[in-house]
Amino acid sequence: MKKEFDAKRFMKDNTIWVIFIALFIVSAIANRNFLTKANISSVLMTESIIGILAVGIMWCILSRGIDLSPGAIVALSSCIVASLSQRPEYVAKMLPGVNLPVPVAILITVVICTIFGIINGALIAYTKIPAFIATLGTQLIARAAAQLYTNAYPIPELKPTLKFLGQGNIASIPVIVIIFICFAAVSGFMLTQTRFGKNVFAIGGNDQAARVAGIRVEKNLVFVYVWSAFCASVGGVLLAARSGSGNSAAGLNYELDAIAAATVGGTSHTGGVCRISGVIAGILILGVVKNIMLLVGINPYWQQVVKGLIIIGSVVLDMRKNLRKD
Amino acid sequence: MSEYILEMTGINKEFPGVKALQDVQFNLKPGEVHALMGENGAGKSTLMKCLIGIYHRNSGTIIYDGQEIDYGTTSEALNNGLSMIHQELSPVPERTVTENVWLGRQPMKNKLMVDHRKMREDTVKLFEQLNVVINPDEKMKYLTVSQMQMVEIAKAVSYNSKIVIMDEPTSSLTESEVSHLFDIIRMLKEQNVGVIYISHKMEEIFQICDRVTVMRDGQYVSTDNVSDITMDQLITKMVGRELTDLFPKTECEIGEVVLEVKDLKAGRMVKNVSFDLRRGEILGFAGLVGAGRTETMEAIFGLRKIESGSIKYKGQEIHIKCPDDAIKLGIDYLTEDRRAKGIVGIRNIRDNTVLSCLSRYGTPLNQARMRADTQEYIDKLSTKTPSQEEEIKNLSGGNQQKVLLGRVLLTGPDVLIVDEPTRGIDVGAKSEIHALLSQLAGEGKAVIMISSEMPEIMGMSDRLVVMHEGDVTGIIDRSEFSQELIMKFATGVTE
Repeated sequence: MKKEFDAKRFMKDNTIWVIFIALFIVSAIANRNFLTKANISSVLMTESIIGILAVGIMWCILSRGIDLSPGAIVALSSCIVASLSQRPEYVAKMLPGVNLPVPVAILITVVICTIFGIINGALIAYTKIPAFIATLGTQLIARAAAQLYTNAYPIPELKPTLKFLGQGNIASIPVIVIIFICFAAVSGFMLTQTRFGKNVFAIGGNDQAARVAGIRVEKNLVFVYVWSAFCASVGGVLLAARSGSGNSAAGLNYELDAIAAATVGGTSHTGGVCRISGVIAGILILGVVKNIMLLVGINPYWQQVVKGLIIIGSVVLDMRKNLRKD
Repeated sequence: MSEYILEMTGINKEFPGVKALQDVQFNLKPGEVHALMGENGAGKSTLMKCLIGIYHRNSGTIIYDGQEIDYGTTSEALNNGLSMIHQELSPVPERTVTENVWLGRQPMKNKLMVDHRKMREDTVKLFEQLNVVINPDEKMKYLTVSQMQMVEIAKAVSYNSKIVIMDEPTSSLTESEVSHLFDIIRMLKEQNVGVIYISHKMEEIFQICDRVTVMRDGQYVSTDNVSDITMDQLITKMVGRELTDLFPKTECEIGEVVLEVKDLKAGRMVKNVSFDLRRGEILGFAGLVGAGRTETMEAIFGLRKIESGSIKYKGQEIHIKCPDDAIKLGIDYLTEDRRAKGIVGIRNIRDNTVLSCLSRYGTPLNQARMRADTQEYIDKLSTKTPSQEEEIKNLSGGNQQKVLLGRVLLTGPDVLIVDEPTRGIDVGAKSEIHALLSQLAGEGKAVIMISSEMPEIMGMSDRLVVMHEGDVTGIIDRSEFSQELIMKFATGVTE
C-alpha cells in the first residue's frame, strides 16, 4: 500500500506540537532571557524528573487507571539512595558502616521502590479496588516510610559519582536530560513496538474485549504499575543526585504535575489513547509556561491558575474530539 | 364505552433499516390476563415499549380507558395507571427495600421533607396485602433475585395501576414463588386490573391466562381464548413460517469427536450440560433468551468458573482457566456482545485483528507481517473499510463482525464457537458469514453456532442442541429438524 503524506492529517495529529512551537516562539519574543543556553538547560533539567514520572504514569492512565504514588516514591527513593551513597569521609553518616558502590546503591533503591508498584498493580488487578484508592494508600505509606526511615532529616554529603547523574554533562548535555530521553524512548518503544503495548491499549480501550481476545489482563496491569513505580524510583535517585541530598519531603505533588503533563499531551482518561510524542510535548508545554511566567515576573499564584486552566482546557478539547467521533 | 380498557390497532414501528412492528393489534379487557407470545425478536417488548412511552409508534392508535394516548415518558404512563415489570430489574442496590418501592415519588411531610414513617408504613401495608414476606428495611442488594422480583411486582401494584405489564416475570422465580405470583395476579384480576403477561413458558400460559395473542416477526398472528387452543397449535402459530432464506449448507465428512462436554455446571445459568462435537460438523445451539447457551460457551472458553463436570478435547481432559488457555489449545470464541466484549472501538482494524495473536509477531512487533495478515482477512472476508488504519467503531455492524471473525480465524482454531454471529448485521454480510462457516466445517474444523434465529440455525446446523433454563432438553439430528420440535424443547417441554 502506498502511503501518501497527508498534511492536514499530520497537522491534526500533531496539534500539540504546533501549540508548543507557537508557545516557544512567543516566549522567545516576550523575554530575551528565555532563549539563553542556561535557561533552556535549566528548564529541561527541571522537567526531566517530572518527565520520567510522566512516561510511567501515562501507562496507568492509558489502562484507564491512575497512579498517585510516584511523588511519594520519589521521596522514599531519594532517601534510600542517599543513605546508601553518603561520602565515606562524612562523619555524621546515617549508616556508618555502609559503603556500597553507587550502582549497587541505585539497584537496591530501585528494587525496594518497585515493590510499591507490585503492590499497586496487584491491588488494582486482583482485588479490583479503584486505582485512585489503591495508589492513594500506597502514596501515604511510601511517604511515611521515607519519614520513618530518616526521621524526616535530610541526608546530605552524597558521593560525587551519584551527584554526576543529576548535575553533570555529557557532551554539554545534562546527564539527567539524557536519562529522560532514554526513558521516553523506551516507553515509546514499548507502546508501539511490543506486545505489551498493544495489550495495554486494548485493556484501556475495552478490558472485557481484551480478556475475551485472550489477553491476561491482570498480569499486564501489574506490569503497568511496576513500570510506573520503576520510573518514579529512578526519578527519586535523580532528584537526590541533583539536589545533593535525600529528603523525605521531596517530590511533593510531582505525580500531579506528571498526570497534568500526560493529560495535556493527549493521554485520555477514558483509556486506550496515548502517544509518546504527545506526552513529551505536554511536559515541555507545562515547563515552558512555568518558565516564561517566572521570567516575565507573573505572580506565582497566577501561575497556578494558568496551569489549572491549561489542564482543564486540554481535557475539554480531548472530550469534544471524542464526542464528535461518536 | 367499549368492553376493552386498552385497544391498540395498526401499530407500526420502524427502526433504521428494520420494521420492528407492522400493523400490530392488541386489546385487553379489565380483569383479564392476556398473554403475549412469540419467538425472540417477534416484537413483543417493542409493542409494550410503544405502549408505555419508551418508544414512539410511527403510526397506529392506542385507546386506553376511552382516550387516545401517546405517552412521551414512562412516568407519564405510570401516573396514568400503566405499569410494567421489566425483565431486567434496575434496583438501587445500596438503598432499602422501602426506598426502592417509593423511588421518585416518596410521600412528603411538607414541601421539603420526606415522610419516612408513612413511607415505611405504606410498604408494610402493601406487603401484607400481597402476602410478601420481605423486610422493608433490608438493603436491596441483600435480596435474592426472586425477592427483588417480588418487590418490583409490589411496586407495580402500588401505583394502583389499571394495567400491569409483566415481561417474563417468572424467569428467576422458584416454583412456589411462581404460585405466589399467580395468587397476586388473581388478586389483581379481582380488582379489575388488566394484566399483560409476556412469557415463553407454555404451562404458565395455560395456568393463568385467559386469552393469548401470538406475534411473529413483528406482525400480529392471532388472538385466541386459551381454553380454545392447544399447546401444539400455539407452537405452530409462533413458528409458522416458511424457510425461505437460502443457506449455503454443504454436506461434508463428519469426523471424530473433538470436544466432549459432560455434566457441565457453572452458576445459575448452566445447570447440567452435556454434548459432544465432531470434526467437520456445525453444531447448533437453540433456545430462548435466558436458556444459558452463551453462559455455557463462556464457561468452556474460560470466562466463567466451572463448578463441576468435565471437558475433553481431542481425547484429553482439559482445564481452561482463562481465554488465553483456550486459544492456545485451539478453541476460540466469537462473542455475541460485539460492542461490550468484542471490539476495542478506538483502535484501528489492524490492532483489532491481531489482538489475539500478538505473541507471534515478536519484539519489536513485525509491523509488515501484522499488516499482511490483516489484509489477508480483509480480503478473505471482503470487509469494507477505507484502510486498516480506520478505527473499528466507524465500521458498520456487519463489517465489525467480519473483523472480529478475522481475529478469531487468525488464531487458527480447531474448534470455533460463534455466538449469534449474524445478529444485527445486513443480509449480504449474513450470507457471506454463513458461507464462511460452511467452508470452515468443510475444512475439518468443528463449529458451534448459537443462534436465536430459527431459519438460520435450522439451515446451518448438522445437529442441534436445545437448551432450556440451563439444561439440555434435547439433541436433534438434521433429518428430524422441525420448528415445532425445537420450540417444544426450548419451552421446557420434554418427552
